[in-house]
Amino acid sequence: MSGEFDQKIHQTLEDANLQLAIYTATGRLKERRIEVVASEALPDYQELRTQANALKKHAIENLDYYLEEFERNVTAHGGKVVYCKDATEVSDFVLSLAREKGSRLIVKSKSMTTEEVDLNERLEHHGLESVETDLGEYILQLAHEKPYHIVAPALHKTRYDVADIFEKNLHVPRETVVEKQTAIARAVLRQKFLEADIGISGANFLVADSGAVVIIENEGNARLTTTAPKIHIAVAGIEKVIPRAQDVATFLKLLARSATGQLLSVYASFLSGPRRPGEVDGPEEFYVVLVDNGRTKLLPDKAKRQSLYCIRCGACLNTCPVYRKIGGHSFPWVYSGPIGAIITPQFMGVSHEPGLPFASSLCGACGEVCPVKIDIPKVLLDLRSDVKKTETREKQNRLEKLAFKAFAWVVTHPRIYEFLGRVASSMAPSGNGGWIRSVPPPMNLAPVRAWLSQRDLPPPPSKSFREMWRRR
Amino acid sequence: MPQGSRENILHRVRTALGRSAGQPPSEAPPVRLRIPEVDMEARIASLRMRIEALAGATHRVATAEDARALVAGIVAGRPTVASNSPYLAECGIASLPGVRTGIRETDDMRTAAAAAEVGITSADYALADTGTLVMISSPAEARLVSLLPILHVAVVPRERILTGLDELFTLLPKPADQTSSMVLITGPSRTADIEQILVRGVHGPGQITVIIVG
Ligand code: SF4
Repeated sequence: MSGEFDQKIHQTLEDANLQLAIYTATGRLKERRIEVVASEALPDYQELRTQANALKKHAIENLDYYLEEFERNVTAHGGKVVYCKDATEVSDFVLSLAREKGSRLIVKSKSMTTEEVDLNERLEHHGLESVETDLGEYILQLAHEKPYHIVAPALHKTRYDVADIFEKNLHVPRETVVEKQTAIARAVLRQKFLEADIGISGANFLVADSGAVVIIENEGNARLTTTAPKIHIAVAGIEKVIPRAQDVATFLKLLARSATGQLLSVYASFLSGPRRPGEVDGPEEFYVVLVDNGRTKLLPDKAKRQSLYCIRCGACLNTCPVYRKIGGHSFPWVYSGPIGAIITPQFMGVSHEPGLPFASSLCGACGEVCPVKIDIPKVLLDLRSDVKKTETREKQNRLEKLAFKAFAWVVTHPRIYEFLGRVASSMAPSGNGGWIRSVPPPMNLAPVRAWLSQRDLPPPPSKSFREMWRRR
Repeated sequence: MPQGSRENILHRVRTALGRSAGQPPSEAPPVRLRIPEVDMEARIASLRMRIEALAGATHRVATAEDARALVAGIVAGRPTVASNSPYLAECGIASLPGVRTGIRETDDMRTAAAAAEVGITSADYALADTGTLVMISSPAEARLVSLLPILHVAVVPRERILTGLDELFTLLPKPADQTSSMVLITGPSRTADIEQILVRGVHGPGQITVIIVG
């Protein structure tokens, strides 16, 4: 585990307010999901999952075909498709379009793919103003932070944090009532929507047979982003393509239920091409940017490519005991939780953060809640073996082996075993309910420290089993 | 303008999957759409229950005349924009005093919708099992009318109430064939981004009123 990963985990664990915020927010989302997927509420939930998995599997196995079909249909409806292999190509495309059209102001609705490629920073670096309009994303943009959660990006911020952020950046009087904070954002952003030259959105699905982009949201900011400005650019990973518009029904039923426990999100927009003759409003130009950015690296391995089925519902984060303790910012990239643990190493290479696939207890909860049935624990195990294969963990391995040898020797020598047990009892701290969090020298060797840094040992019994046995 | 990496990406995809250019896809899983039998009264009851559960308001009126009177009371002198839906004209809603309608130009629509407190539309369909309005963009229905004003009023004749999503996609297998934008609206605009506290009307309408006619 790298120092940074380790350090961020510690910071999160030590911050009691943050612990409470993560625990309550994910807990609520988790409970709402359970209510709406219960068999009384949605009898065909399991069948829908099976169908969603089959559709994603089929789409990925025939990805080139569906991408080309999608492209043909977008073009037929008067839009344009651009393929970008990495972050630079995405920002180059947006920049040159903005330059050609003389655009200055860009409004953006939530898109994890644009987070991946740091689009805002790149555009701002070139003098464009690029404003996030999802309330959570807007707060984070003002605070210069990355999303904490795929679905609830500002999950870690309290209303008091928001009050500080708005006061400092928007020069408004300090306001701690959430309704009023929302009204402030509405007013500021409404103006931006009406003035913006370009709207950049993400996409939840790309529909091949229709050339349509499907965008799902609750606030209405994506509708505004894709309607008010003259130019709409949708940025999406190539894995988002599905075969038919009729398949969207299956995904719509699963996505909102898994994400927030709603039957449907407030808005689901099917957008295809610029506005047609006679239509009163809507963009005059329509672009879809299809992004690779590491995705094609996942395709050759039949087991691991299922990571690309993800519909970014966030259910695996809410249910993950590890995410619920270490939070979103401990993760080294924009994707956190179980899905982050499997896609980050594959997009960025396992050596980017070798500790990542190990940050899981493999309890299996993520795989059980996943609406598209990604076997996350299996992929984690595969990645662990990749890390073992590629990384120079020999040193650690040697120490591990040594430790087990020592342990074996101790347990086969009863006197010494008993003596060490007594030492442990005497070491149990009086605080922490007796739980052991650290050990004094000379036992505080690096591997022991590292092992204990993620774990607490239960209080050792004051009398060992052997002692009690003798005294019977 | 940069043309990106089309060939490069498609080539990588094909190589990884062991496919060749132009190769047809394997057989797709069959479409899964199930339409339940639900009679009209039950659909109306479900639609109303779902919308109200999302803090929307619903009314049911017998005639177009009644709808007109109800809408007149809701508008009550507030700045209002109405879509060009023939159904609203038929109900006499488009000709209510103070209601701006007949807008064909984008800029006029932006100005009118941004200034309005009430936006009145019809809906192409409504989905009973989720409380959803289906809005298809056309010369009759602009997108901004159901988006910019803080109150969205939709007047829907009962024949347009479908059981749910599966029936919608059976009727419209490819919505993009007829419109550049189909939007499903389920309740008022909302957010829970700050401390999971639910706030309505963050960017779109904070209130939604659905009037079922017939
Ligand atoms: S991996 Fe599955 S559960 Fe996790 S975000 Fe993706 S779709 Fe949702």
